[in-house]
Amino acid sequence: MEIVVIGLNHKTAPVDLRERLTGFLNQKGPALSSFKGITGLKETLFLTTCNRVETLFASEEPDQAIQNVVKYWAGGLLISPSDLQPTIYIYRADEAVRHLFRVAASLDSLVIGEPQILGQIKEAYREAVSHHTTGVVLNRLLHKTFSVAKRIRSETGIASHAVSISFAAVELAKKIFQDLSGKKVLLIGAGEMAELAAEHLLNNRVRKIIVANRTLERAIELARRWQGQAVSLEEIPSALLEADIVISSTGAPEMIILYPQVKFIMKQRKQRPLFFIDIAVPRDIEPKINEIDNVYLYDMDDLQGIVAQNMAERKQEALQAERIVQEEGIKFRSWLNRLEVVPTIIALRKKMEDIKQGEWKKNGAVLEGLTSEQQKAVDQMAGSIINKVLHDPISFLKDPGHEEHKDEKIDRIQKIFNLNKGMEED
Amino acid sequence: MAFFFFKCALSLYLSGTLGYILFMVFQIKPMARISYGLLLAGFLSHSLTIALWYAQIGHFPVQTFGESLSFFAWAIIGVYLLIQVRFNILVLGSFLSPLAAVMMISSSFLPPLTGPANPLLQNIWLMVHVGTIFIGNGGFAIAFLAGVMYLIQERQIKSKHLGLLYHRLPSLEVLDALNYNCLILGFPFLTLGMLSGSVFAHYTLGIFWRWDPKEVWSLITWLLYAALLHGRLVAGWRGRRSAMISIVGFLILAFSFLGVNFLVKGYHSFSAFKVPAIEVQELLKRKNIR
Repeated sequence: MEIVVIGLNHKTAPVDLRERLTGFLNQKGPALSSFKGITGLKETLFLTTCNRVETLFASEEPDQAIQNVVKYWAGGLLISPSDLQPTIYIYRADEAVRHLFRVAASLDSLVIGEPQILGQIKEAYREAVSHHTTGVVLNRLLHKTFSVAKRIRSETGIASHAVSISFAAVELAKKIFQDLSGKKVLLIGAGEMAELAAEHLLNNRVRKIIVANRTLERAIELARRWQGQAVSLEEIPSALLEADIVISSTGAPEMIILYPQVKFIMKQRKQRPLFFIDIAVPRDIEPKINEIDNVYLYDMDDLQGIVAQNMAERKQEALQAERIVQEEGIKFRSWLNRLEVVPTIIALRKKMEDIKQGEWKKNGAVLEGLTSEQQKAVDQMAGSIINKVLHDPISFLKDPGHEEHKDEKIDRIQKIFNLNKGMEED
Repeated sequence: MAFFFFKCALSLYLSGTLGYILFMVFQIKPMARISYGLLLAGFLSHSLTIALWYAQIGHFPVQTFGESLSFFAWAIIGVYLLIQVRFNILVLGSFLSPLAAVMMISSSFLPPLTGPANPLLQNIWLMVHVGTIFIGNGGFAIAFLAGVMYLIQERQIKSKHLGLLYHRLPSLEVLDALNYNCLILGFPFLTLGMLSGSVFAHYTLGIFWRWDPKEVWSLITWLLYAALLHGRLVAGWRGRRSAMISIVGFLILAFSFLGVNFLVKGYHSFSAFKVPAIEVQELLKRKNIR
């Protein structure tokens, strides 16, 4: 049984191809059930996200199965399999396992460490389970995948530190204020980024949002959305007394908050800290105010600098994550190997059990004469002889030291004990 | 026996310090929990040491510089163990335990008490005086560390270079609250310590206040902390300013503990405890005549 991944992602295929493939696969009802028609697939799972389309399967005849899937995809896209070939990647056996681990841990994502992908894989797995397309191998593999992703998340810093401007701003606010609940936010001007930051702050349970805008209607509209308060631009000075976090993003050509003003306000505030986030270009807030005690100012460039730094840190952490992927990949391989020798072990035991039963019958007359205790002792003795005889061949099979020659090993044991006949009958 | 427990306490503190440093570098949370346990065990062993010393010499063991230094470390650890319960700032241990460990190591190298105990010190007021002063000092030591951590963190945020410490240190608000809480813990104890000291002096020497160098420097420290607390409560002296003053305050305090003993002579000097200074003998005579 071999595990295979066939797929295309943001690195290998243009978005329109990915879209068309997703569309084709989804149009035939749940994509998974359509895979059932392809011969050679024993267990399958189908994953689509906005960045990737992948199918994961286990097969006894992997070469044939790969060809079938590629042909099926190409057919759906109305192109020839050879045209599809350069845009897809195919991973087999250990590589496929490691690939799945990497995808789930978000090492293969556009933004390393983004959290959605794991949820998407869980969803894909749930779907596969509900269509009964997974079996022993994929069930085990997926559960392993979830735990590997979790382990990477907790043991490396791959998902730590914000990699978007608005999250970076929230993270900074937490390093200044610790707990944002109870804090008040003043939003000056509105724009996509400012609104996003405000939403994030609301998710952190800030107490109140005050919106100041050139057109009061827009301010009122936003204030209503967040159950906040709308003020005019003229009321900013008094709002500054109340607010703890100020997000400014007006289109004004000149600075609207100046050093002397803030200096004066800080005295009135009794030095309660004030965090300014200036995401306007050109800037709204005089840079010098960062020098005032208990006032912190971050502009767009500063935030972008932090995001870049955090990105670099995630890449660094990803190296450590790759080590975990390798390690867990090896563990999974040895499980799979053990799984493959299981039928042979069962056949071995069955053969021995059959011999025991046969001998028991042959000597039935003599054994009948024994007391039940004596019979039990003979039975136990036969059983322990079997166990002792089988101990070495079974350890030989299970020994991970000879992984490369696993098939040969199984074959040899089967020949020595003449198991092939027995196994075919099953 | 006391020596054994002292060594125990020292090794527990050292392992706790190592654990806290490893925690800070590698960010392994259980490490901090274990280190806290080690410090706690060290603290208990240390307490036992002090009790045994007390039993041996018949008065509160702060007669030599080494004993006092060890008691200072005891107070810092004790206050920390309490503060940690309330604030749960794990990384504080990484800053505090090295300080306490250095004090303990120095203490272990200092000569032990020789000769007879000073009868003047065999007085319960000594324990009240020194005990309260040092609990106050413990509070100020943590206020000092909170100040240092605040300045580091503030520097990182203001300069926009968020280094390794940025992620490891708590938020400014928490550090400022820690600073404040340690000040309001330390100040009443310092005040009580100074008052009980003057009662002690009056009881043994018949005089409340002698303008001894240590007394003068303690007064300076007291005034500084009083001003800081006043500023905090009335004028909003928070954050950077409070951090700086706490640092200066603790440095003065350390000077009045160390410097006054070595640079200037007074009846608070440890050398004077062994053979009472001439002026103290005179005071005693005068008191007996009266």
